[in-house]
Amino acid sequence: MPDGLFTFFAALTLGAALLLVLSRNAVTSAMGMILALVGIAADFFLLDAYFLGVLQVLVYAGAVMVLFLFIIMLLDTDDATGSYPWKTAALGLATFFLLAAGVVWLFHWSGAVSATAAGVTPPELSANPAEFTTAAKSFGRLLYTKYLLPLEIAGFLLLVALVGVVSLSKDATEGQA
Amino acid sequence: MEHTTLSHHLLLAGLLFALGLTGVLVRRNLLVVYMCLELMLAATTLAMVAFSRFAHKMDGAVFVFFVITVAAAEVAVGLALIVALYRRRGTIQSDALDTLRD
Repeated sequence: MPDGLFTFFAALTLGAALLLVLSRNAVTSAMGMILALVGIAADFFLLDAYFLGVLQVLVYAGAVMVLFLFIIMLLDTDDATGSYPWKTAALGLATFFLLAAGVVWLFHWSGAVSATAAGVTPPELSANPAEFTTAAKSFGRLLYTKYLLPLEIAGFLLLVALVGVVSLSKDATEGQA
Repeated sequence: MEHTTLSHHLLLAGLLFALGLTGVLVRRNLLVVYMCLELMLAATTLAMVAFSRFAHKMDGAVFVFFVITVAAAEVAVGLALIVALYRRRGTIQSDALDTLRD
């Protein structure tokens, strides 16, 4: 049995995700998305990943969703009336759950993975920076040693995205006129 | 969180991923489809943090850091593409954008 906080936030997240998927109003969908992301951030907190939880709220629920709301406001986003193609969705979901059942079978019943690998309770937190800690310092330590090259690439990727967005946002007819 | 096991977190992540997948498959508004894609991405990061916590290693959490960075860049480019599409075609309903089918 999971504890109360996890149950509460899991229900909140799933409910908000349902709102995102089912609401025909794009702004309501965006609100559901924000709520779902906050719920996921709460789950990060329950997993002792405090830094990631804060990052999730700041970057995702903050910056990214504001961008989404801005674009929704800018564009005419009336959803077309008419029913949704549930048959396609059922096919896709059946494929997904079949794959998921295969993974569960592989890990729990096939005996390919030892039972100790799938931990029942999380290991005790330690101060050893090589292991999982709650400190943001341990992120920095890995980012500037083991993952220095990916960090550089991520920085470059942000620059490329910036340039790409600027060139995409320029009026396409400007050069031809 | 003494009784919350790895399976609970993975179940939540799986259900969120399935909901996002449903949204991607049934919605026609490209902006909402894109938000559902982001939800799928967030669900996978949730699974990754859970694995990282239970395996007692920091690496998974650092990877989630990178995933959030890349997702932010990706959202900016994707939304710029949607705006460019709207400017050119005047709609962002996916069933109206079927020029390549004809």
